[in-house]
Amino acid sequence: MCSRFPIELAAVLVVLLAGCNKGPQQALPAEQPSRLGVIDSALDPGVDHSLVTPDPRAAAYYNNADAVNTGKHLFQQYNCSGCHSNGGGGMGPDLMDDVWIYGSRLEQIHQTLVDGRPNGMPSWGNKVPDQQLWQLAAYVRSMSLPQTLAAQTDNTPSQTPAPVPPEADQGAGWAPPAATTNDYTTTIKGAN
Amino acid sequence: MRTVALMLTLTAAPVVVLAQTMPSPVPQNEIFTREEIGHALAAPTPEAGRTAPSIANAPEDDGQWTMPSKNYASTRFSSLTEITPSNVKDLKPDFSFSLAVNKGQEAAPIVADNTMYVVTAYPNIVYALDLTKPGAPLKWIFAPKPAPASQGLACCDVVNRGGTVSNGKYIFNTLDGQTIAVDVKTGSAVWRTQLGNINRGETITMAPLVAKGRVYVGDSGGEMGVHGWIVALDENTGKLLWRGYSTGPDAQVLIGSDFKPHYPRDQGKDLGVQSWPPQAWEIGGGAVWGWVTYDPELDMIYHGVGNPGPWNNEQRPGDNKWTAGIFARDPATGSARWHYQYSPHDERDYDGVNEQILLDMPFAGKMQKVLIHPDRDGYVYVIERNTGTVLSADPFAPVNSTKGIDLQTGRPIINPAKQVRLGETVRDICPTASGGKDWNPSSFSPQTGLLYIPHENICMDWTSAEVNYIAGTPYVGALVLMKPGPGGNRGELTAWDPVQRRPAWAVKENFPIWSGTVVTAGDLVFYGTMDGWFKAVNARTGDLLWRYKVDSGIISQPISYRGPDGHQYIAVLSGVGGWAGAIVSGPVDPRDGSAALGMVNVMSDLPKYTTAGGALYVFSLPH
Repeated sequence: MCSRFPIELAAVLVVLLAGCNKGPQQALPAEQPSRLGVIDSALDPGVDHSLVTPDPRAAAYYNNADAVNTGKHLFQQYNCSGCHSNGGGGMGPDLMDDVWIYGSRLEQIHQTLVDGRPNGMPSWGNKVPDQQLWQLAAYVRSMSLPQTLAAQTDNTPSQTPAPVPPEADQGAGWAPPAATTNDYTTTIKGAN
Repeated sequence: MRTVALMLTLTAAPVVVLAQTMPSPVPQNEIFTREEIGHALAAPTPEAGRTAPSIANAPEDDGQWTMPSKNYASTRFSSLTEITPSNVKDLKPDFSFSLAVNKGQEAAPIVADNTMYVVTAYPNIVYALDLTKPGAPLKWIFAPKPAPASQGLACCDVVNRGGTVSNGKYIFNTLDGQTIAVDVKTGSAVWRTQLGNINRGETITMAPLVAKGRVYVGDSGGEMGVHGWIVALDENTGKLLWRGYSTGPDAQVLIGSDFKPHYPRDQGKDLGVQSWPPQAWEIGGGAVWGWVTYDPELDMIYHGVGNPGPWNNEQRPGDNKWTAGIFARDPATGSARWHYQYSPHDERDYDGVNEQILLDMPFAGKMQKVLIHPDRDGYVYVIERNTGTVLSADPFAPVNSTKGIDLQTGRPIINPAKQVRLGETVRDICPTASGGKDWNPSSFSPQTGLLYIPHENICMDWTSAEVNYIAGTPYVGALVLMKPGPGGNRGELTAWDPVQRRPAWAVKENFPIWSGTVVTAGDLVFYGTMDGWFKAVNARTGDLLWRYKVDSGIISQPISYRGPDGHQYIAVLSGVGGWAGAIVSGPVDPRDGSAALGMVNVMSDLPKYTTAGGALYVFSLPH
């Protein structure tokens, strides 16, 4: 029981704490992400273009089957599944739907994992290797992909996670949802 | 979410979220019959006397409802008679009040000195309403502002099971682990005591018991690897008087020379350590999140203990004492008097925390002081409460996980066909993890001699998995997929005759009954359904006599009280949620049957019947 993972966690902490002794500049891991790439809000007052600066580290985890499969195992081993089940949620939010409270880009999901969130999401930054947080982010992003949803064969989803296509997170900025119009005087036929 | 919104239009899931198909009910022939597995130490002797609580445990009804269980005997019996089977058809809503919280509302409204007190699910807001004025206007609101992070530590929705009025204070718990006493006149806190630590997975959802100047409180977190406990606080100051743990060395469990368990298996030193692998008891659960009962006659308190952790039983060989059982303790010192373990080495999440009702009952030719406890494991236990001796144990819900309780040893007889092994899926285990019934309490009428048990008819498939302990995260290790029990109705109200050891009647419900029941001297039983019906049935026949549709499903504890005008009122909270209703209050995705610890598999259709809500409803006859 309590097999190797807590020990691994402890080992990581020891390494990081050792780093702390070298002075404040090294207190944070070298990979500590910049916040520039992370925009949670769709509101940018007075600006009509996207402020998102993609985190270059995210690129390696797109189109990456190994990342989502490793992330799937980590999701169980770090007890993410205890709250989020196999994507359907429970103690924590549903991850397989199309609602992203803190953003769906890999760098946004990664930021959620690093910092935690106020309503009960723990902060995992500095506690597990950063690469694993990216792999987890890729798996979480994969849960709601049409390909992953289509691969569900029984009442347990997210067992065959599709790699995250880069197109999933590409876009120039805000756009109205499908089947809506900016012309408020007209109604789209067939929309509901 | 600039780019996010666009992305959604490209790759999001279809707009229509299809629910899972409802799994088939477990076949009837998978279940043992009552005759096969029910046991008693002696045959029924109804001629020896009438079953009723003693006057010490259930004093004469003053028309108020000051504690969730109504009285120390926990009968939830109201002696009011204005509303009867013949006039209940005229029952009408008198007023309603929005709770402003759309999570599962499990509390009982409390009535004292013509004021009604209601505590909501997280963020645990307390409302005081003036019953002397039309429409019951607000007297005050108390907002305790519990830590938002506590929401992520609550296994089964962010519920609260109510408060209690005692000596001018309304005393209740918060999800983030506080007990708070509020001055009923001013609405401000008299004291606040922080008891739980969310970083160790501890939350509090239970209703405190107040008795003889002490407040008894226990923790939640059986799915988070907590080291479960119960405490006593000084009612006037909130100061900690004692704390008894559910596992560990005798000194921590408060086991000393007073401890006289009836069964030999419970006798020995430090069994709370010896019955576990090394150190496993420190993270072994045993939360005390259910009902604590005080017995003025014998001067004892009784409290259930929750499941051992993790759910994967192979990570904790041994009996895992003192989890999934019941303690009798000295109210002043906490020192244990006896213990009975319902589910030694629990393999199914069968917490022992359900209600215990204190009665004098004829058994083996004489009147005995008993407590009656319908357990998660599907059996109604009748326990002699001086000694902790089980007199009888009979199934009230479908059971195949065990083949009865051996009354010589006190141990359940395990059914090997339903035992789980790592990596194997065992199908059609009954009852399910949430039990033959869960926390929602029964009521007892001394007029009918019947116990009104609101319960489930749900079974499960179970697959164990290895799990790592990481403080502040779930410690479960099982993939559970629930399914309806035989017949397909997921709920039932059973009127149980504890003397004859059989149901007098039963009413089937489509959804599990997650509300408590209240029974009145007018011979009516009130309960709510998860799809939002508040119902009155005849206490002698089960016939449906009245129903009213509220805004959201009901999972709370209805009450009956006398208003300032002398008339009888019935009050209940709506607001679906809890473990069974998390599919609505979550939100939780119906496509993941394993979500909400496997409950979604059997509740995926609930969103078609009800939406989240939360309100107080008060009913009376026209007058």
